[in-house]
Parts: sequence; structure tokens; C-alpha cells
Amino acid sequence: MRPFIQFESVSKAFGSVTVVNALDLAIEKGEFVSLLGPSGSGKTTILMMLAGFERPTQGAIYLDGRRIDHLPPYRRQMGVVFQNYALFPHMSVAENVAFPLEMQRVPRAEIAERVERALDMVKLKQLKDRRPSQLSGGQQQRIALTRALVFEPSVILMDEPLGALDKQLREHMQLEIRELHKRLGLTIVFVTHDQSEALTMSDRIAVFNAGRIEQIDDPQIIYDTPRTRFVAEFIGETNLIEAKVASVDDHVARISLGAGLSARAHAGNGLSAGQTASFSLRPERIRLGAVPEGSNALDMTIADCIYHGDHMRVQLTRDDFSLVARCERLAGNWTVGASVVASFDPSDCTVLTQ
Amino acid sequence: MFRALQFTFGAAIVIFLLMPIFAILPLAFTSSVFLNYPIPAYSMRWLHELTTADVWRTSIVNSLIIGGGATVFATVLGTLASLGMRKGALPMVGLLRTLFLLPMVVPAVVLGVGMQIFLVRLGLASTYLGVIIAHAVLCIPFVIVSVSAALQGIDPSIERAASSLGAPPVTVFRRVTLPLAVPGVVSGAIFAFATSLDEVVLTLFVAGPNQRTLARQMFSSIRENINPTVAAAALLLIIGTLCLGGLAALLRWRQKRSALKTAPSAI
Repeated sequence: MRPFIQFESVSKAFGSVTVVNALDLAIEKGEFVSLLGPSGSGKTTILMMLAGFERPTQGAIYLDGRRIDHLPPYRRQMGVVFQNYALFPHMSVAENVAFPLEMQRVPRAEIAERVERALDMVKLKQLKDRRPSQLSGGQQQRIALTRALVFEPSVILMDEPLGALDKQLREHMQLEIRELHKRLGLTIVFVTHDQSEALTMSDRIAVFNAGRIEQIDDPQIIYDTPRTRFVAEFIGETNLIEAKVASVDDHVARISLGAGLSARAHAGNGLSAGQTASFSLRPERIRLGAVPEGSNALDMTIADCIYHGDHMRVQLTRDDFSLVARCERLAGNWTVGASVVASFDPSDCTVLTQ
Repeated sequence: MFRALQFTFGAAIVIFLLMPIFAILPLAFTSSVFLNYPIPAYSMRWLHELTTADVWRTSIVNSLIIGGGATVFATVLGTLASLGMRKGALPMVGLLRTLFLLPMVVPAVVLGVGMQIFLVRLGLASTYLGVIIAHAVLCIPFVIVSVSAALQGIDPSIERAASSLGAPPVTVFRRVTLPLAVPGVVSGAIFAFATSLDEVVLTLFVAGPNQRTLARQMFSSIRENINPTVAAAALLLIIGTLCLGGLAALLRWRQKRSALKTAPSAI
């Protein structure tokens, strides 16, 4: 049986520029999947193909076992929330929300009742006679969401819906959307370039780069064990280490870091002694001072110490090898130029395939 | 010092532009039979003449018929053309747009000669329909400019949203695109009407004696028997144009205000 939404080797080219390249993607019913990537990575094009505003150059898209890539948008039954909300400026809030129901020829009395109920759900019933222009950004956003939900579409598509909101409101809306997703069991495809947004909201994240999926996994796996260099650098911050593999023993590699330092790292399959590979080590996984049993210990010098409010960023060097560590402020006092032992668990230093 | 100069210069230009109008208007109320100053006494006799004499009355009615007809033609065709040129689907849209706007810059005399030959061929010379078509050609560019600007102001994602919410293309047009473009269509129609109202050259070429418009009648009365009825007619035209201009400005102001307000307030 096919997954609920399936992209089957879908490509999209605009003229000679290939924006999406032989994409395979499967999304299950009730899943919240984020498409994350820098601008120009093809994530919005994928959403537009799913919504029906763009047609794939090649490949097929299935929804619930039915091929949909030739269907026009109005026959796909998907609720789309746009970045700028795209509310109808000449209609009241209630008329906006009623629009999709009118399109489905729902009886008048039922429309009124369902609009009422939907607006109640987002706590904006008192605004139903206002025009969109009389609402704040957050309220417009909620109305756009309500309008996309009210006709009970099979999928909700969101194209950077929170991009125009300020930070606090954005975080609030993230939780609200997540809550709606859980309560109503919605299938949501969410496009964003904001990694923290993707990490907080999604069941799974697909990280895009240049029209391809670099990695698709749940947020924790994406963050803790990025598979490629791009994912490691795009999500959060990381120390990228180019190192020579000295030996491999039962998924643990002994690597030489340069400057006479060596460490043990988590190695995937296919890593062999003698080759050079890239490893990722998150700054917050590096401890300064104490060395727990079984972890790597490196003698480093503190090159710089930068204050960041809730944490400190400590730059460590030894000859031409350097690391960045992120430390709690209360964890100690560090003076520039002092020697320190940096330690990390071998499982936190993961190999990158590309 | 420089500001004072700027102000004086600006004021001088405004006076220069308005002087001819101010010069003619008082003559509408003269009691003399001559179109000159000084005015011996004020009277309403020429305004009365304008509204009672047959030639003048029919010319006013003709202006309204021809202006109305040309406005309807130009508004419908101009709106359709703007809609067609809006989506990038057409090849050479830029060239098309220039062609559509050409009547604005082509000398009216050239247009008039061509139009006369063309309308004679069609058997429409010296008919109301012929004059209406000729005027519509001149009016279409104004409609296109105005409607295109209105369409450009519509965020395409609003139409996409409507489509994703289940509206087929015709419904999207009827429920979303058209209502949002209406202010542009109306102000285009106003400009079209005003253009037709004061058109003389084209009318001289294509209109017969039965389609004498107010502007055309003023033109010939100056040559034949000059009297202050012309000034009275000018007064009427100016009041009419001012009303139309005011209406257009009001519409534009409302459109701008609503455009400002529809921008998401958080940006």
C-alpha cells in the first residue's frame, strides 16, 4: 500500500534550472513533516507542486493512493496557509472562513454554524465582522489557519506561515499549531527556513539542499546524528573536524585530529582505517575541566571567551587545531591563555558521509 | 530664500495653467453679445441660451450618448486587455502593451484620417456607432493604464488561496479578482468618459451633422457666430470634468487607503 502522500521521483525544472531533482518523499497520515532548507533549496516548489500551483516536470505525486499531479488546485482538497496569509481583503473574517464551505456547496445554515465553531476554536469569534485589514498580524494568521482548516481538508500545507510575525508571537503560534495538529490529528506539511521552528514542531524534518533531501528523520536524530556536512552545519552549530582514521573497531573509530591529538568517535558503516573523513561535534557536548570515565580528553588552550548572556562560547586551540565549546556560565571561570582539558563522549562525535 | 523662490515659481506655473480657464469663465455670465471684456453687466442669458437653443441642447445630449457609449466599449475592452496582459502567459506582452497605449501618443489628426477611411469602408461614417468606436479607441489606453495598476496591486497568493480553497478559475475571477479590480475599472471608466467629452479632432473627421458633440459645437460656433454661449458651454464642461476628476481622486484615495491596510500589519 502506498503512503498517504507520496512523491515518486519528482523533478521540477524552470527553463534550464532544475529546482527539484528526482525527489522521493513519503508522508503518513497524521504526520507533521517540515521541509527545511535555505532559500532556493526547492522546498517551496515542492509545496506548490503538492498544492497544485506547479506541475512536476517529471514523476508522480499520490495522495491517499490516487495520482493527483494532473489535478488543478481546486480539486485537491488541501488547505494552504500562505506566508502573507492571503486573506480576501474585500470580505469580512466570517466571509473569509465561509468561502471554502460555499465552494463545497454546504447548506447556508450549516455554514454559519461551522464558521462559528471554527472561529470559536481559535478564540476569535468576536472579530467575525471585521475586515482582515483591521486585524493584527497574529490574528490574520489565525484566521488564515482557520480558513484552511474549516473545510476539513485531507492535508494542511503551510508555506513559512510564521515568517512575518515577531519572535514572541511566532513561538506562541508554533505551540498553537502543534496543539491543533495533535488535537485534530491533522496531516501537516510545513515549509520553513527556521531550524528551531522545525525542531520544535515536527514529527519529522526533511532537510533540503539544492533540490535534494539531505536527510529526513525525526528532529532529535537530525540534531544528534546529522548524516551530511550540510545538515550538521545548517541545523544548530557544530565543530566540523577533518580527521584521519587510524583504526576502526566495532563502530568506534580512533581518529587523529592533528596537533598530536587523537580521539575516539562514533563511526558508521563503511569507514575504514587510513581514510580521511569529516566528523561533527556539537559545541554544547564539550565539557571543560572534569573528564568522566570513557570520554575523550584533549589538552587545549583557551583562545577566547565570549559572553552570550545565558551561556559562554569558549574558543579552544592547540596549534592549528581548534574547537568551539558552549558552556554554562556557572560552570566555571576561564581566563584567556589558560590551559584546559576539553572532554566529550565518543558517541557525540559523529561521522558525516559527505 | 530658496524656499521662497521655489514657492513663487510653483505659484507662477499654477497661475499660468489656470489663467485661461479663469479668463473665460466670467464671460459665461456677461449680458453683452460679444465675447470680450469688460463685462457690462452680469446675466444668465447665455446659460439660458445654452440649455434652450436646439443646436446646443442636441450637442449636449450627443456628448452624453457618445461619451457613455465610448466609455462602455472602452471599459469592457480595456479591462479584458488588461486581464489578458496580466499573466505572463502571452508572448511579447511588452510590445502588446505599447501597441494598446499607442492611441495616447499618435496625433489625433492621423488617427482621424485613418478612422474616417476605415469607417466609410464599414459604412459607419457619420453614425453614432462610428463616432463611439472612434472615441473608444482613444479611451482604451486610459482604461488599460488604470485597470492594469489595480490588477498589479492584487497579491497573486490571494487568488491562489481561493483556488486551493476549492474555487474553480471562473469563481476565483468573479469572487476575488473582479471585486478587487473594481476601483481601477471605475476610475478607468471616468477617465474614458472625460476623454470622450472633450475630443474634437477625431469628431471633426468621423462625425456627421447629427453627431455634433458639445466640444465640436463649441469649435464651430467660434468660427461661425462667436458669442458668449461658448463660454457658458466651457463652464458646463469644466464643472463636468471637475466632478469626474474629483470622483476619480476619491476612488484612488480609497484604493490607496485599503491597499495600505491590507498589508500585513506585522511587517
